[in-house]
Amino acid sequence: MRGTRRLFEGVNAVIQAGQLLRVQGANGAGKTTLLRALCALSCPDRGEVRWNGCTLSSQRDEFHRDLIYIGHAAALKDDLSALENLLSACLLGGQRPATPVLMQALAAAGLRQREHLSARSLSQGQRRRVALARLLLEPAPPLWVLDEPFNALDAVASGWLLGVLTGQLRRGGIVVLTSHQPVAIDPSLSQVTLAL
Amino acid sequence: MRGVFVRDLRLALRRRADTAAALFFFVIVASLFPLGVGPEPALLRTMAPGVVWVAALLASMLSLGRLFADDHQDGTLEQLLLSVCPLPLIVLAKMAAHWLCSGLALTLVAPLLALQFGLPSSSIGVLALSLLIGTPVLSLIGGIGAALTVGVRGAGVLLSLLVLPLCVPVLIFGAGAVDALAAGLSVGAHYSLLGAMLVLSLFAAPIAAAAALRIALE
Repeated sequence: MRGTRRLFEGVNAVIQAGQLLRVQGANGAGKTTLLRALCALSCPDRGEVRWNGCTLSSQRDEFHRDLIYIGHAAALKDDLSALENLLSACLLGGQRPATPVLMQALAAAGLRQREHLSARSLSQGQRRRVALARLLLEPAPPLWVLDEPFNALDAVASGWLLGVLTGQLRRGGIVVLTSHQPVAIDPSLSQVTLAL
Repeated sequence: MRGVFVRDLRLALRRRADTAAALFFFVIVASLFPLGVGPEPALLRTMAPGVVWVAALLASMLSLGRLFADDHQDGTLEQLLLSVCPLPLIVLAKMAAHWLCSGLALTLVAPLLALQFGLPSSSIGVLALSLLIGTPVLSLIGGIGAALTVGVRGAGVLLSLLVLPLCVPVLIFGAGAVDALAAGLSVGAHYSLLGAMLVLSLFAAPIAAAAALRIALE
């Protein structure tokens, strides 16, 4: 429920390792709400979310270790540089990467020469790249929940992100994302569409 | 947890204007009273502890509003909720960083302000120590209020309405400590009560604020 409006009901899905779940729906259908419920940021009125067979509330810290959630907003602090923002995000996720590793991830995300610029001076697409750079760090958590990850990305960056998602799926990870178009990954990989 | 603490300190240093604003407010408010009330020394000496304490309270309220609001606005608050570190510890780290930049700064400047009121040096010492123990309590209790009012319109005023009544005991015993010294009574009891409030809020406030944040972000 969002306020007093029931957004969706009867959503029932089991996602296996190596599967991509694409949530699709019109604007306002509740895609972001569903993704946030999957991350335990909000509670569904009825029903439950389970990870590895157990409810989320019973394994909060372990679940957070297994999860990367990248929401609609790039979640960057304007006063910090791209490098500092990425380090902060990794520390919150329990990883302690060294600076060279972070620089490499930012370069791979297309932000070479911009790592030390304050996030305020980055464009929308560049901010999203900083947020997505977190996906490149090893060890990658098994569950990725991404809200409109292709938003604001140019063609090159979209291709790069597809490669990153493919790598995660081949490793046996799970990707849940919202997108208005089907995700153009390898047909040999399993893609499940959930329409709201 | 240390990452969040260092990050918040770094942010406060980069936004020096915001951090200094509360401190200047403290100085101005405390300095207005002698100007408004008149120069009679005995009167100034009596009101000094209360005035400095109230000014410290109000200055803390100014900066508390930003404790979680900035993170909420740019989306980083959600990431804090999804951290592998338990949320109460993260909240405690944020409150500690806030105290270092506001409460501690106020405590260091307060002796200078007390000079305006003609307080004897022993009283200034007691005032500073009472602020040192009491301002963390303000940051902690204020953090609960900040968590409750995250994303709410008019959060600033609402925060003051919620938090100031809860901080009244701290004000009473903090200012009362200096008065007790002036009256020749033992100050130890006041320190003990302030210390007890500090310990209680150190345990309870992060947990309460974390719960409030989860509710606010649902």
